[in-house]
Amino acid sequence: MRRYVIRRIAQAVGVLWAAYTISFLVLDFLPGDPVSAMAGAGSDSGPVDPAQLARLRHEYGFDKPVILQYLDYLGRAVRGDFGDSISTGRPVTATLAEALPQTLALAGAALLLAVVFGGGLAVLATYTTHRWLRQLLLSLPPLGVSVPTFWIGLMLVELFSFRVRLFPAFGGDGVRGLVLPAVALAVPTGAIVAQVLAKSLLTALDEAYVETAKAKGAGRARIHLRHALRNASLPALTVVGLLAGQLMANSVVIETVFSRDGLGRVTAGAVTVQDIPLVQGVVVFGSLVFVVVNLVVDLVYPLLDPRIVMASGRRVVVA
Amino acid sequence: MSQGLVDDVAAGAVLGPEPAGFGGVPGKRRGVGRFLLRRPGLVASVAVVVLVVLAAFWPDLFTSQDPLRGTPEQLFQAPGGAHWFGTDELGRDVFTRVVHGAQLSLQATLIALAVAFVAGGLLGLVAGFAGRWVEDVLMRFVDVLLSIPALFLSLALVTALGYGTVKVAIAVGIASIAGFARVMRAEVLRARQAVFVEAARSCGVRWYSVLLRHVLPNAIGPVVVLATVEIGTAILAVSSLSFLGYGAPPPAPEWGTLISDGRNYLANAWWLTALPGLTIAVTVLATNRIARALDGEWARQR
Repeated sequence: MRRYVIRRIAQAVGVLWAAYTISFLVLDFLPGDPVSAMAGAGSDSGPVDPAQLARLRHEYGFDKPVILQYLDYLGRAVRGDFGDSISTGRPVTATLAEALPQTLALAGAALLLAVVFGGGLAVLATYTTHRWLRQLLLSLPPLGVSVPTFWIGLMLVELFSFRVRLFPAFGGDGVRGLVLPAVALAVPTGAIVAQVLAKSLLTALDEAYVETAKAKGAGRARIHLRHALRNASLPALTVVGLLAGQLMANSVVIETVFSRDGLGRVTAGAVTVQDIPLVQGVVVFGSLVFVVVNLVVDLVYPLLDPRIVMASGRRVVVA
Repeated sequence: MSQGLVDDVAAGAVLGPEPAGFGGVPGKRRGVGRFLLRRPGLVASVAVVVLVVLAAFWPDLFTSQDPLRGTPEQLFQAPGGAHWFGTDELGRDVFTRVVHGAQLSLQATLIALAVAFVAGGLLGLVAGFAGRWVEDVLMRFVDVLLSIPALFLSLALVTALGYGTVKVAIAVGIASIAGFARVMRAEVLRARQAVFVEAARSCGVRWYSVLLRHVLPNAIGPVVVLATVEIGTAILAVSSLSFLGYGAPPPAPEWGTLISDGRNYLANAWWLTALPGLTIAVTVLATNRIARALDGEWARQR
């Protein structure tokens, strides 16, 4: 077990390093001179003073060979220093840390809604004996993943802020301001939860232990919730990492729609002014979340499912 | 974005029996008829996709108005007989703009898919065929691509490449390489172990002939199906990026741009955002439905 944990952590660190390297290659290496972008950022003044360019180049180390630049940046990134934002001049790490709580609140609320309603839909669709109800419920998730998230947000604003003045349209702090963006953000995530859970519930209901429970006289509801759901929710856990990535990505769009402060808004703003250090910080942070969530899921999984044991660093199901 | 999961689900489902080709023998054709008759939703989806493609290539079939020039007397007209989708703040007909926007959006989607298909397919092909350390290195790279949320990777690429429909499309395509590489590698590994490949090898066929004439044709099917699955994801990703303002600059009627333009008039002209968004949703729904049909439903039915 211990060796497995160490190995998984080492893998996670490796993935993070590679993600950093890819973002470095993409942002600092591709065509387009970052220095003139930086000098031009924030001001629309015409041609940039060459002396200023040279100074910036020296300041950011662009006059050094690429490999030295890379090692230099990597060394600083390991210590949590992603440089300073070009548009605001504040450290990238501080900017992200400041924006994070807002986005966490939004994503957390959305995840809660998604699990409750998506999960509820899956349970109801597999439980009901009415064919039409099952078909109706199962047709909703494909709809949920087909609709643009930003459009759902705008339609909610149109309906519940302008038509019926229930919730504030834009900005808005507190719980009331959180409702509409959280609902919009929850739709695609809930659709995926529903699809995955419905599929694994159907698989679980075919298992032999369901027959056994039936033979022992357990009622349908008890079989469904106590036996099938408990077993079916384990495979559903494996998509949590994907959902975290999805929530983060969609928050970029949703926070723009609702003009909410947060990580997504910072990201959109950074791309608009070509704030390269900030964009890089966001990309690395995104993969950090993905990697950490997956690591936690992998480490918690064997605790939840005792049939899984570690053998030579791989998860093996003991029949 | 949801492509991560969709990829995995697709990868799982795609590995099943290969979808049978349509048409051919008369008996088979009758099968197609019955298959479609039982699925009115699928027929409607095909119709929607045909309409979108027609709109992209021959927008004049649907409308004779100019998407860029408006009539100042007709600002903010609600949807009706004269203007199906209403008019915008400059008196331009929104339906005309949506129809003309199909071209930009379809172009972006196809570029994104082509980039992902070619680059991902090549990665997977090389990884699966070369094996050993080449495979390890390439697939680790693919794992890392998967660990960066797709939209963030696209945003990083947009930051580096700049704005515009084509650049956004390339960014979206690169961000979805990983799924294609995975499916391609899995299929190449499967095909490589087939008896006919062993037979070809033992006959002294050169490795490149084995690769191009035996392995590739037998591995490409599921990757093509994945491409149809990814159409919807690509449309959504492109429209998200152009909604954020990184796509075609404002006068151009790209679908995502239309919605972000209409956003300013949400309180008094709902149709400016609602109807272009509905068009995107219906198109994505239709392509997803067709993809599901190709992805095993057809083969399972038989």
